[in-house]
Amino acid sequence: MASPSPKSPEQNEKTKQYDRQLRLWGDHGQAALENGHICLINATALGTEVIKSIVLPGVGSVTIVDDNTVSDEDIGSNFFLECSSKGLNRGSEALRFLIELNPAVQGHAVQEPPDQILQENPDFFKSFTVVIATALSEKTIQDLAQHLWDINVPFILCRSVGFLGSFRIQIKEHAVIETHPDNEQVDLRLDVPFQSLADYLNALDIEAVDLKDHGHIPWIVILYKAVQKWQVSNANSWPMSRKEKNEIKDLIQGFIRKDENGIPINEENFEEALRAVNTALVPTFLPVRIQELLYSSSATNLNKESSPFWIMCSALRGFVEAEGKGKLPVRGVLPDMTASTEHFIQLQNIYRSQAAMDAEIVYRKVQQIVAQLHCDSISEADVKLFCRHAHDLYLIKGSNIATEYQLGGSVASYIARYLEEPDVMMVHYILLRAAEMFRSEHCRAPGDWEPEGDISNLKTCVSKLLSDISCSPFPKDDHIHEMCRYGGAEIHSVSAFLGGCVAHEAIKIITKQYKPVNNMFIYDGSSTNTATFTF
Amino acid sequence: MASGETQSAEYQQRRWQHIRKLLERSGPFCHPDFEPSAEILDFIMNSCKVLVVGAGGLGCELLKDLALMGFKKIHIIDMDTIELSNLNRQFLFRKNDIGLSKAKCAVEFVNKRIPGCEAVAHHCAIQDLDEGFYRQFHIVVCGLDSIVARRWLNGMLMSLLQYNDDRSLDQSSVIPLVDGGTEGFKGNARVILPGMSACIECTLDLYPPQKTFPLCTIANTPRLPEHCVEYVKVIQWAKENPWGATTPLDGDDPQHVGWVLEKAQERAIKHGITNVTYRLTQGVLKNIIPAVASTNAAIAAACATEVFKLATSCCTNMNNYMVLNMADGVYTYTFNAERRPDCVACSNTTRVLEIESDATLQTIYDKLCEDQAYLMKSPGITTVINGRNKTLYMSSIKSIEERTRDNLKKKIADLGLFNGADILVADVTTPNTITIKLKFSDNIDVDMSR
Repeated sequence: MASPSPKSPEQNEKTKQYDRQLRLWGDHGQAALENGHICLINATALGTEVIKSIVLPGVGSVTIVDDNTVSDEDIGSNFFLECSSKGLNRGSEALRFLIELNPAVQGHAVQEPPDQILQENPDFFKSFTVVIATALSEKTIQDLAQHLWDINVPFILCRSVGFLGSFRIQIKEHAVIETHPDNEQVDLRLDVPFQSLADYLNALDIEAVDLKDHGHIPWIVILYKAVQKWQVSNANSWPMSRKEKNEIKDLIQGFIRKDENGIPINEENFEEALRAVNTALVPTFLPVRIQELLYSSSATNLNKESSPFWIMCSALRGFVEAEGKGKLPVRGVLPDMTASTEHFIQLQNIYRSQAAMDAEIVYRKVQQIVAQLHCDSISEADVKLFCRHAHDLYLIKGSNIATEYQLGGSVASYIARYLEEPDVMMVHYILLRAAEMFRSEHCRAPGDWEPEGDISNLKTCVSKLLSDISCSPFPKDDHIHEMCRYGGAEIHSVSAFLGGCVAHEAIKIITKQYKPVNNMFIYDGSSTNTATFTF
Repeated sequence: MASGETQSAEYQQRRWQHIRKLLERSGPFCHPDFEPSAEILDFIMNSCKVLVVGAGGLGCELLKDLALMGFKKIHIIDMDTIELSNLNRQFLFRKNDIGLSKAKCAVEFVNKRIPGCEAVAHHCAIQDLDEGFYRQFHIVVCGLDSIVARRWLNGMLMSLLQYNDDRSLDQSSVIPLVDGGTEGFKGNARVILPGMSACIECTLDLYPPQKTFPLCTIANTPRLPEHCVEYVKVIQWAKENPWGATTPLDGDDPQHVGWVLEKAQERAIKHGITNVTYRLTQGVLKNIIPAVASTNAAIAAACATEVFKLATSCCTNMNNYMVLNMADGVYTYTFNAERRPDCVACSNTTRVLEIESDATLQTIYDKLCEDQAYLMKSPGITTVINGRNKTLYMSSIKSIEERTRDNLKKKIADLGLFNGADILVADVTTPNTITIKLKFSDNIDVDMSR
């Protein structure tokens, strides 16, 4: 009679502190975050806002590279500096106030200009999970981007000027297994039931059960029975058209029991079956995106350096081609539905067991590959997770920021296409680039001292960029005027918005969960618009 | 002395250099009323009073954002005290602060970090403060997690509206409301000009319906781990009263959660259900909404930008509702939420409730709770008969509930209500009593073919 000893004792201090975010990325996501090491170049308001929202959830460590001294303007817009910081190194001061947010996070400050590090100690950047930079010159951006591309370290370049801001993610290849889609497509296999599912479905006779049980039959069974009945007079085909689906609905209506007056009894499970006709009768198939992944050269030409993701893709391909008969492993998730506990649990176990068996086959294939390649082993749990999410695998193949800056053929035509539309968000991109060009030519932001005087020079920069991409000049100078009005000002709330977004994207990259922006994000705080472009 | 003052003036000029550029220069996208001048910065620093409602995930960010946008006269209200699970995002609090007032702690931190900031804390419920308090602010910005509190605050600002003799709105009585909300990786920010643009009550349908589990499922056909926890919470706790009949279930008490967990696990094992964990149990008991620093930072910043625009006119405002989704890339969508011409809160008209003449009071009660236009929690209904107030039903006070309970079963005509009669409704979702006019639907020709 004694109750079992508590299996899941009270949480520890750390899981309590992080409880609200653990519900989003799990303990494994948190572990990845705690192993992450972020590098921030330049502790501007934007830079510190990014780091704030990475330190709070508990990243492993942070290194700030900044050789600037703190000015009054810095203090006016940056929360992680105080009046006494004036004249001191900006990175060390900001680090002090940022680390104080979360004692679990390690912090380092490097008081050297990034150019110097790039020249003298480029290996410095190798140890970081993500490098984030703000307020860099055109030249440094390109040198740093090229170097980080070469050593395969993810890079996020951020800007904040007036009401405008942007960030650009440079990442060679980023695979996401847990994308957490809002609406996960169900995987029920009603068109191709595996043996244990077919046995279960066929053994049930919904006509025979009493009224109470009738109202507790899962809609999956009801739908299956309706299709079976329909197939008798339809040459065993599968209902696809709207008309055919309506015929299925009519059959389901016919299943509903009637009371003594011949009036249909309201049965929730049959209502659910009727609602499911349109979505649950989609035939089981291998999604094109997943097929492309499985047959991409990274998955077909494995070598010792291949990542676990590609090894698992290769094993999955083996499964699809053999045991899976062209289908992915069963996902093993049953959506909640009106049903008796017995029916539901039995059905859930049928799906779960098949999913486990399918994953087991994939795991054996993974082990074979690992043995052949002599590379690090991959855990069974990882393979299970991979199979569970096989329908939603996601891959980003990124592009180099240095290439973007050179405005070569494909980048130029891509930008030109949006400018012709015209898409004002792409105009903002040109303005941000033009302001950067202005800064490298004049050693200050356009409009820094006096807006009017810089308009023509900024216009020259815009024209240069537009001619590089073979576009005609802008019909109006509105946006050039506005950029000169900003005069390089960093508005705290604009930086705080971007800071939240960039921190978020960095966490997605570190935890390898959720889909990051691919790859350029523009924010216009004046019109409250955002856009994503893929360079 | 004189040189010290000059120095400090110059210092102020340099320190606020960034926002001065926006305020002292005009641009092609400014609000038509905008005239650049140094006085605007002076206004936001020395005159403009902003109220921040909530000192949680959004409130901490808002306080910091506004203080760094030049606002000094900021008030902040929060009745809560700091908990360990706040620290992953409410960045003005530390472990040493656990148990202290959120509002006071936040204010102390920001006033110390940003010299000149004169933030004031109110450690109380929003309902504890009256019209006179709310009327003193130029702008209210709200970062709450409770829909009921948000609706109450919205109702308060709407009740401050005044109308001229020709029924036109007195513009000087309008206090703009900027509202933000987050849930996990999603959020929204909006600007409400009371009496002029859609208010919270106009757009109640934008809130997702509350997830509830039917009692029969919990009791008879549990399928999910959540069902097992709900069973222990709703049925087993009251039956067994493990800490005595006077101790209610407390989702923050680890012993309580542990007890529920154990019982829920027993029930789960009995039914073949898996995955009843401590985290899940507490999530169900407390209805926990996931939260992370980054989403809060972005939404609060979007709100702060709008407060700055409202106070300075340096740019046109968002029109008027932005949704943000950071789960798949970063996606935003801004749209113009439309007013309800018959909104109970902001339309200055009397709402009409159509009802059949032989309906019971229960029907009215249910409509007030379930109809998308009302979604009330526990409406108290009174009416005026022959110049005297008569309480028809009220559940908030036990003795009155007992006295009026039978009325629910009575037909409305038997209670003295007639076609065109006014009922007065009070609820936690609004600070005001709402007048609703009854209209008997069977008194008019109803086109049944539609």
